[in-house]
Amino acid sequence: MWSILSVLVENKPGILFKVTHLFRSRNFNIDSISVGITDNPNYSKMTITTYGDEKQVEQIVKQLDKMIDTVEVKHLDEHKTVFRELCIFKLKIANANDSMEVNKLANAYGGKVHDVKKDSIMVELTSTPDQIKAFEELAKPFGIIDIARTGVTALQRSGA
Amino acid sequence: MEKNSIHIMETMTGAKALMTAMEKEGVKEVFGLPGGANLPMYDEFSRCDIRHILTRHEQSAAHMADGFGRVSRKPGVCFATSGPGATNILTGIATAQADSSPMIAVTGQVPVAMIGKDAFQESDIIGMANPVVKYAFQPRTPGEVPEMVKKGFYIAETGRPGPVLIDVPKDVQQNESPMEFLEEFKIQGYHPWYDPDMIACEKAIEMLLNSEKPIILAGGGTIISSAFAELQSIAETLMIPVVTTFKGKGAFPENHPLSLGPIGMHGHAEANKMMAEADCVLAIGTRFSDRSVGTFEAFEKRLKIIHMDVDPAEIGKNQTTNLAVVGDVRTSLRVMVKLLLQKAIKKTEDSIWLKHVKETKEYWRENLKIHPGEMGAAKILRKLREVLPKESVITTEVGQHQMWASLFYDVIQPGTFFSSTGLGTMGWGFPASIGAKVARPDVPVVDIAGDGSFSMTENSLATAVLEDIPVIVFVLNNSTLGMVAQWQRTFYDRRMVGVDQGGCPDYVKLAESYGAQGIRAQSMDELDKAIKTAISSDVATVIDIPIDPEEDVLPFVAPGTSLSDMILPS
Repeated sequence: MWSILSVLVENKPGILFKVTHLFRSRNFNIDSISVGITDNPNYSKMTITTYGDEKQVEQIVKQLDKMIDTVEVKHLDEHKTVFRELCIFKLKIANANDSMEVNKLANAYGGKVHDVKKDSIMVELTSTPDQIKAFEELAKPFGIIDIARTGVTALQRSGA
Repeated sequence: MEKNSIHIMETMTGAKALMTAMEKEGVKEVFGLPGGANLPMYDEFSRCDIRHILTRHEQSAAHMADGFGRVSRKPGVCFATSGPGATNILTGIATAQADSSPMIAVTGQVPVAMIGKDAFQESDIIGMANPVVKYAFQPRTPGEVPEMVKKGFYIAETGRPGPVLIDVPKDVQQNESPMEFLEEFKIQGYHPWYDPDMIACEKAIEMLLNSEKPIILAGGGTIISSAFAELQSIAETLMIPVVTTFKGKGAFPENHPLSLGPIGMHGHAEANKMMAEADCVLAIGTRFSDRSVGTFEAFEKRLKIIHMDVDPAEIGKNQTTNLAVVGDVRTSLRVMVKLLLQKAIKKTEDSIWLKHVKETKEYWRENLKIHPGEMGAAKILRKLREVLPKESVITTEVGQHQMWASLFYDVIQPGTFFSSTGLGTMGWGFPASIGAKVARPDVPVVDIAGDGSFSMTENSLATAVLEDIPVIVFVLNNSTLGMVAQWQRTFYDRRMVGVDQGGCPDYVKLAESYGAQGIRAQSMDELDKAIKTAISSDVATVIDIPIDPEEDVLPFVAPGTSLSDMILPS
């Protein structure tokens, strides 16, 4: 089961270390992690995606909750959550036609094209991990030179 | 009015602030060892009322603080310098964490500007200790010190207790700052107490009443929260037999008719048998560790589990439960006692189950084969029990003697038996007994030891002698790493590797060389006299008791098997 956890933590040095260490020492997996400060400078929010059965995820949530530096831990329901990830692809292109094809593909996925060179092109894509994966599959035939992803960030919908 | 609203802030160094804050927490003793990076704090001992107890190794200082903490249920404090001093206390901190023992470890650190430069005696103790502490602080300015000490004690002793590390850079100790010692503080992400779950408590009673073969499994949490009277009241009111985990040993008087003793790898035969037959268990303050429960799979289909714990993360961690009662176990048990009173529930007659339990207990008490020699482990430990007053405090080392103590030393007064049960730290018992004796100078304190384990921290004899802390070390000496030897005999076809201690050292001479009393006991008469001499002595005593190196601890539940499959003495 793929799960999204939203973890509000005190904005102090060493917290990211403690959270990731918890995952390691308890034998849990981190699929992705993103961290940013909130509107209140005393807090940061971590969005962690992880795999595990229901019991494992429940245990992760409880262990995170037990940490003294965590203020709030939420296991988000992905159907009631807006979640996105930013991904930048650098793709090979052989000719102008390739460039056009990549442009079309990027448009279809709501992406933006950057840094068009003679033999490479960059695509910035903000989407769900599934959509990013789908784009990646379609981009593969061009040749992927490099890829960078931020990890998922997420916010629960109002009233959810 | 205006005058009162102004905080009077006294200017002092970080070191002085740390000591002042600790005095405010009621600290009277600190166990430790000085070094370059904690000297400013050590200098404060020369002008404050806190007694410094010098140890010969920082690990022992941590175990002493741990022993003090378990007995007094207030955090014990240990001091170490930076670098190797700090890494030396790690084992002690991890031991305290594994057994939920309240502790404050204060380490010196290189000055703030030197951190990260691989300076002399620098170690990233905050990073290293993170997985084995309840919390860790590192003040970067002297003004932060009082609040960190205050919060540290609060975190260490509330909820599920544990060790807290305070790592103080040397310049933070030396520099001055106006200090504010606040009484009020808030830790937003820390909620150690939960209101008792009334509905769950009511449900628990219902489940116990509706079961045919109920049993109570008391874990270490029962002892930590001192829920002795409540536990006894529930057991007696509902006439339910009580087993314990090893950590919970002595949560319930072991001479009580309803007591079956500890379950587990080396649990009492009757306790393991009855645990395996029960259909409903009230598990109090236990994490269902592998050593306690073996594998529950064999009988968990018909066993209904009620799990009571102060730590919500323990619910479902190792064992799926039918009912969770989250909260301080003493408070929850009190709610149950009250409900039973209100409902006027009181069982008076033995059920078929209880008759069966009593018969089983009687059978095993009479028929468990013990070593035939005069100086067999069972006889030695029963002799110790016979001579020691019931309020005596026991600590143990780790190994065969520890499990023999579990099997053959009955704890009569609850909360007087302590052992490194979770981490299984060899060398824990002796320094822990010193800490325990500092907390309870009025009662005999005995470390039930083996020669292998005692060897690890035997230099604490210097502390016991020089600081006048007359503990008794009761060494069951088979000159072998006995538990390892037993596993090699059982699982490795008697290929004995790395277990022979070669009769070295001579513990009587060792004790004497430290100025302690050393007595060798080779018969029951000598043992009887030795224990009596040790109890009345005002100097630490080592009683060396040579035993048969071939004696095994039995019963034995092999790792990964069920409690019902015991290897029994043949």
